[in-house]
Amino acid sequence: MEQTNLQLNKPDSQTNEWDARLHHATRATREDWVGRGISYLCIGAIILVVASMLWFITSKGIATFTQNHVSVLKFLTGTNWAPDTGHIGAAPMIVGSFAVTFAAAIVATPFAIGTAIFMTEISPNRGRKLLQPVIELLVGIPSVVYGFIGLAVVVPFMRHLVGGSGFGIISATFVLFVMVLPTITSMTVDSLRAVPRYYKEASLALGATRWQTISRVILRSATSGILTAVIFGMARAFGEALAVQMVIGNAAVMPKNLISAASTLTSQLTSGIGDTIDGTLPNNALWSLALILLLMSLFFNALVRFIAKRGQLKHER
Amino acid sequence: MLKQYSFEETAVQSFDAQTTLALKTEDLQVFYGANHAMHDANLGFPKNQITALIGASGSGKSTYLRSLNRMNDGIATVTGKIWYHGVNINEPNVNIYEIRKHIGMVFQRPNPFSKSIRENIVYALKANGVKSKADLDERVEKSLRGAALWDEVKDTLDKSALSLSGGQQQRLCIARSIAMAPDVLLLDEPCSALDPISTVKVEETLLELQKQYTIIIVTHNMQQAARVSSQCAFFHLGHVMEYTPTGTMFSNPQIPVTQDYIAGSFG
Repeated sequence: MEQTNLQLNKPDSQTNEWDARLHHATRATREDWVGRGISYLCIGAIILVVASMLWFITSKGIATFTQNHVSVLKFLTGTNWAPDTGHIGAAPMIVGSFAVTFAAAIVATPFAIGTAIFMTEISPNRGRKLLQPVIELLVGIPSVVYGFIGLAVVVPFMRHLVGGSGFGIISATFVLFVMVLPTITSMTVDSLRAVPRYYKEASLALGATRWQTISRVILRSATSGILTAVIFGMARAFGEALAVQMVIGNAAVMPKNLISAASTLTSQLTSGIGDTIDGTLPNNALWSLALILLLMSLFFNALVRFIAKRGQLKHER
Repeated sequence: MLKQYSFEETAVQSFDAQTTLALKTEDLQVFYGANHAMHDANLGFPKNQITALIGASGSGKSTYLRSLNRMNDGIATVTGKIWYHGVNINEPNVNIYEIRKHIGMVFQRPNPFSKSIRENIVYALKANGVKSKADLDERVEKSLRGAALWDEVKDTLDKSALSLSGGQQQRLCIARSIAMAPDVLLLDEPCSALDPISTVKVEETLLELQKQYTIIIVTHNMQQAARVSSQCAFFHLGHVMEYTPTGTMFSNPQIPVTQDYIAGSFG
């Protein structure tokens, strides 16, 4: 048995040796450094890309106000969009965007919740086998295909049903409804599946019916998740360009009803960006529309985070 | 290695006509698919007494308990008869929601809803159409007193139930069950997630509650069975091996398998 050194805090004859051994780098510590380096590099690159996009859009977008001296208020509330003649009131597009977004979300949400309840509570097996692939397929269809179907089917149908050209907010709503439905449904399914099983058991054991259990316990405790799903759906609808552009009619005028041609921020951007010259007012005005889109998506993001945080507080145990 | 015991050698008591039974099962069998989880359980539960179901893990005691208020519907196949007030409630056309109002259940893990303490208790009442605020308040106080929780929470009824301690949550779950004024209370290892002090509180509550309710409790803890129950059934590998008054079970077990289990040879 070696002599035991109880005074570990005092150097002894072997301390130098141990000092060297405990401080030198090994393969393990070097791997740590390399791994950390790669992670930081990737994070840095992503932050750089996002930050420069934000800076680019913002600087281009505010040029309308700083260089062309258009007042922000006039831009937001003006209803005359004719950039070539110096009139840039973006209100028609802002209203159009919000109209199709809210309308699509309002129509899609009940369908999404119903489908999600069916898939999780009523018939989980058939839900997983039949509906899951359908929903995944709907997500994967390119938006131009949705737009094309809208153009070939929905627009003529509306023309036939209510008259007019068939282009307009209602056709855009219909197309967006199909496009956001899978997003909202699959996220609602996730949030319903996350409701603890013992909530359901507790409710049933108290003599509550299946419907009471679903409506008062399961949906209630999944509320924040469902809200998040709806907001994600709205973000998708708000940002969708191509499909909307194909069916909404692209008239930059204040929409008077649901069946006359209108336009959204995105549809105006995609249809106008090729016809303008960099640095001129018409071009800057489009960048300002892009800035509004960016701010809205930041807003949707913040809203989702806010809701998630509140939901978390509620579920802590 | 677990010894092989004969399933033929059992000692299951039956009750004479003088004893009022709250619930009784006849040849109750439970199957999970091809897995025969419970064989021929013939047990009667005397009214206003606590009956403990003991046995090792996987002995079928929880499965049996869950069958009694039809919580196994859709999970397992249950055959045989469950008699309640002269009605066989193990039939497809029986209203399971009514059964569960009369035969309440408390689970192993405290499972209050993420609602306020008050909302937890009035949930089932509201679902059954009780609307008057005065009625609801009265039932809240009565059930919380019944579960010996009133003094601890009377000033914080609108706080989240999840802010309570584990023991308080479990007593809230008991209060939630008795708010429906059931006849029978089923408890599935109600104390296994609780510390000793909370366990004592729950046990005291149960001893008080047996004056009004018939209680059937599944427990892993033999001392707990000895402390609270009047009757005790021992389950082994899906069979009811012995069912006797608790005193007899622990002082004078009738058959070898029970003797070994009580002595701590397995389980």
